[in-house]
Amino acid sequence: MNAIEMKSITKRFGPLVANDHIDFDLQKGEIHALLGENGAGKTTLMRILYGLYHADSGQILVDGSPVHITSPKDAIGWGIGMVSQHFTLVSPLTVAENVVLGYNKGYIYRPQEVIQNVTKAANQFGIDVEPSAIIRHLSVGERQRVEILKALYHNAKVLIMDEPTAVLVPQEVDILFQTLERLRKDGLSVIFISHKLYEVMTICDRITVLRDGKKIGTVLKNDTSERELARMMVGRETFGVYRQGEQKAGNPLLRIENITAVDKKGLTALKNVSLNVYEGEVLGIAGVSGNGQSELTQVLSGTLKPASGKIFIGDKEITNASPSEITRAGVGRIPEDRHAGVVGELTVAENLALESIEKFTRRSTLDKRLILKNAEQLISEYQIKARPTDPIRTLSGGNMQKVILARALSPEPRVVIASQPTRGLDVGATEYVRTKLLEQRNRGAAVLLLSEDLEEVMSLSDRIAVIYEGQIVGIVPGTEATEEQLGLMMTGARQEVKQHG
Amino acid sequence: MDTFIVGLIAATLRVATPLIYGTLGELYSERSGVLNLGIEGTMFFGAFVGFAAADATGSLWLGVLAALLGGMLAGLLMAFFSVRLGVNQHVSGLGITLLLTAVSLFFFRLIYGEPRIPPSIRSFDQLQPFGNLPIIGPITTQYALTYISFLIIPLAWWVLYRTNVGLNIRAVGENPEAADAAGVNVYRVRSYALMIGGGLMAVGGAFLSLAQLGAFTYGIIAGRGWVCIALIIFANWQPAKVLWGALLFGGVFALQLRLQSTGLNLPYETFLALPYVVTIIALAIAGRNATGPAAVLKAYKRE
Repeated sequence: MNAIEMKSITKRFGPLVANDHIDFDLQKGEIHALLGENGAGKTTLMRILYGLYHADSGQILVDGSPVHITSPKDAIGWGIGMVSQHFTLVSPLTVAENVVLGYNKGYIYRPQEVIQNVTKAANQFGIDVEPSAIIRHLSVGERQRVEILKALYHNAKVLIMDEPTAVLVPQEVDILFQTLERLRKDGLSVIFISHKLYEVMTICDRITVLRDGKKIGTVLKNDTSERELARMMVGRETFGVYRQGEQKAGNPLLRIENITAVDKKGLTALKNVSLNVYEGEVLGIAGVSGNGQSELTQVLSGTLKPASGKIFIGDKEITNASPSEITRAGVGRIPEDRHAGVVGELTVAENLALESIEKFTRRSTLDKRLILKNAEQLISEYQIKARPTDPIRTLSGGNMQKVILARALSPEPRVVIASQPTRGLDVGATEYVRTKLLEQRNRGAAVLLLSEDLEEVMSLSDRIAVIYEGQIVGIVPGTEATEEQLGLMMTGARQEVKQHG
Repeated sequence: MDTFIVGLIAATLRVATPLIYGTLGELYSERSGVLNLGIEGTMFFGAFVGFAAADATGSLWLGVLAALLGGMLAGLLMAFFSVRLGVNQHVSGLGITLLLTAVSLFFFRLIYGEPRIPPSIRSFDQLQPFGNLPIIGPITTQYALTYISFLIIPLAWWVLYRTNVGLNIRAVGENPEAADAAGVNVYRVRSYALMIGGGLMAVGGAFLSLAQLGAFTYGIIAGRGWVCIALIIFANWQPAKVLWGALLFGGVFALQLRLQSTGLNLPYETFLALPYVVTIIALAIAGRNATGPAAVLKAYKRE
């Protein structure tokens, strides 16, 4: 019998049909992948199952009987738990408090008793967390385990995991997979939302593919291949971006010398970082988030003053230069948080003009006509699906990122600094961004790529530097790097002595 | 000199009383994620409703009860706008202050007309648990509502940290999305918190009209609600620290009253400003690293 059956689920957001008559079923004790690009409707479908959205039409059956789920509380009552992509944990509270939140009986709250109960549950399910720890002090992997424990504590028989590996380093992914595998043996059913093919092929029994809000099909893992899944997912055979050949290293265009910097909390975020990025190469920086990447980009962007050290663009020193001076020195930036890189209320055209506003100024006033003309040209050149006069906040993540790319790359900068350039983008937009970055490399720019996506770093970089606790712990050539080796370096387990360049 | 200090301490406790009620009320609102700028109006409303009810029924305690209920209604109204409808919290809070001030004055005129001198009633008697013992006697000669306010501080802590309602309040004030996903009804919890808070604020107002003054005047609250908003930052949103904030402000306030009568040759406004100046300085020092509940000012709406 099916643990969950969803019949002909339809959900509209205004004119957009997010789920179009989707059928989905989950057997007891299986790990079932829900595969699709961003915006395919995976998360929407699961939010309906978890009671966060209400379907416009369709039916949900739990253990064969139709149910009405109108809130997460209902869903929990039917034995459904969800671990979202963005954790739903209250960070100043303890692990135990988060686990029992909304589920504690009676009026009185007894912290000791709750910690005991949660400890018992954690041991029973084999989940390694400290119940009295404050969430704020935990790593991402630990927080995710708290989420799983929370669902199991609430007697979940079905666990929805929304892109659980997006935030994890490879070693944490292994732990997660082992945990899921063990829980499955104990009879748990898991819905595993993902857009990563190899993960789905590793852990799942069956795979349902969604595309543009429609169900494309459900296949058994043993009857399919990554290639077939890719085709179902994007509607064509091939995708992916790869570097073509090695390039001879030219002159160093970006030189970072012994940079040390202190973050907002007064802690040392960068320790003696030295890097050279040569013309015509992509230098990738791999690392778990929070190891100094943000501070490095801030220092290179002129928004954080380093405590010591020097930075050069070509022969020009830009240490302590203002952001606009750095732009004029020939640096194009793709910021970490694309929403912070644009002004949401301004139009696409205005955002495109923002970084070089002096070019669009005539006698101290803005030349609107020139701004619009510039926008129209870039919109067609970078295939942005928007009008110049649309407020930029109305754009999808992919189109917003294209606006930022167009703004940063159109002046043909000598140095490109790209932070998390494809985070949260779907396969199509990701491919586009990566192609554009490689174009920059091929025309001779020095590209510094900071990314938490190892696959991305590995497929784009000529050399890979690993950052850990504010230090560069090693540099390896892109052709020699393995995921395991980088993963170990990223978690501080191994120092790479080999230095290139 | 002894009588000066003893009198100062006794007065400090008296001045601190409405601030303790008001600040704890605001603390409950803010810990649930709602900045309640309706506090000034709610205290004024409490002062009026308490006075009118006591005057009509002849029972001061019925007056306090009426103020409590009135304040809870005011909190519910705030919840309707800021929680249910998701109106900007600054706007809805200031709106409620304006509304409740005007409503109070309207009914005041209906009932009492425009008297030349403010109407008064026989106010609460002070308790004298230690009779006329030196020092301890005069210090403990206080209103019952003052004693209650000091008992409410640990009670407020206990509710917040040792009951499930308190756990829910803390959760929705920090991360309503997480609380909602865990099955906590964010709207309901915030409404409860605002009602508890409103009730406390109104009792703070009623203390002024029923105990300290025994009368109702237009300027009875005189910005005490806004002082509470500052004290909550000073207290870093912790119930226990509310006491220190209220005592500091109360102490300086009581001190300036006494300094005025020493005949120092300064304009009396200088003395009047003193407690506010000290509050600002204390805030600047204590509030530097203060971080309030993360969800304050953000209306919660499910996507």
